Amino acid sequence: MNVKTLIQIIALFSSLSLLSIGGGNTVLPEMHRKTVQVYHWMSDSQFADVFAISQAAPGPSILIVTLIGYKAGGILGAIIATIAMMLPAGLLVYMVTRFWQNAQNSPLRHAIEKGFAPLTVGLVLASGYVMSRAADHGWHAYILTGLCTIIFVFTKVNPLIVVAVAGLIGYLGLV
Amino acid sequence: MSEAVAETPSISLLDLAFTFNHIALASFGGGLSAWSREVLVVEKKWMGEEEFLSAVTMCRILPGANQVNLAVFVGTKMRGIPGAISAIIGLTTIPVVLILILGYAYFKFHEVPALQGVLRGATAAAVALTLSMAVKTGKKCLGSVVAVALFLGAFLLNGLIRFPLLGTVALIGPLALLWAWPKPAKK
Repeated sequence: MNVKTLIQIIALFSSLSLLSIGGGNTVLPEMHRKTVQVYHWMSDSQFADVFAISQAAPGPSILIVTLIGYKAGGILGAIIATIAMMLPAGLLVYMVTRFWQNAQNSPLRHAIEKGFAPLTVGLVLASGYVMSRAADHGWHAYILTGLCTIIFVFTKVNPLIVVAVAGLIGYLGLV
Repeated sequence: MSEAVAETPSISLLDLAFTFNHIALASFGGGLSAWSREVLVVEKKWMGEEEFLSAVTMCRILPGANQVNLAVFVGTKMRGIPGAISAIIGLTTIPVVLILILGYAYFKFHEVPALQGVLRGATAAAVALTLSMAVKTGKKCLGSVVAVALFLGAFLLNGLIRFPLLGTVALIGPLALLWAWPKPAKK
């Protein structure tokens, strides 16, 4: 990998890191534009497939940048892209967390923790709803999601087992 | 209540790394927030329910991947900068290796292996995990009419109308703060 590519990787992902307000998915359009149209690191359909792989693999879905870095600059590119994407935003979160820890007894912290709890539950339900609209194709999948939800809420079965069984059901082509 | 949670026993850097590695690997198909809650709040008791929920929203608003942000938050809370680094290394190392293997196979053979069906099923279950987190946490914090109204407002705006996250928090957040601000008269 040449130095120019390396610098492009660092510049692109460290700036996207700070722009990804609300999560990694918000910068996907810009990531696509730069990766496919500006730098020509991969084709349109490769980007779509790399996105699918990163969504499916365990770990944070932001690891799509690992695969883009890999295509652009091999293993070193993959590692550099991953670090560039996490470092700037990570530093910001570190500073906010330190401030948060120091505000242990402030009324603001108390109000945010108590007041944001119902708000967050609404957001969690919203993301579950949106994900299920996007991921569940057809009534088979909706039923599977519904059944799993009931199992998770009312039983203490290890969720890993449920996910594994659901994966097997998918492997058999039933959803 | 928050004082009791703040008195966390000293957690080793290795424990932080392994815990976040566990969270990451268990999240096959998505649903990382729900997994994090199971491990951090229910199993390890490193944070209280309310602290966790507020951290989740904070980590979603701040730039960066939500789960990486949460790892930084928890790592910093437990052990400062070394803790944050341990948590991130735990969260990402094995997933990075796995994704590189998948990516190598993909660019070499130009197709995603028979994984697709498995992932469809696993994703349906991961969605269920997120939905069940809404039910479980909702049971604990939706005890009043105002709380339910805040919950419904956030769900309607962000989930049904697809209003952006930042806009939703900007609208509902101040109302939530107003409602939850400590009343000096009571203390």
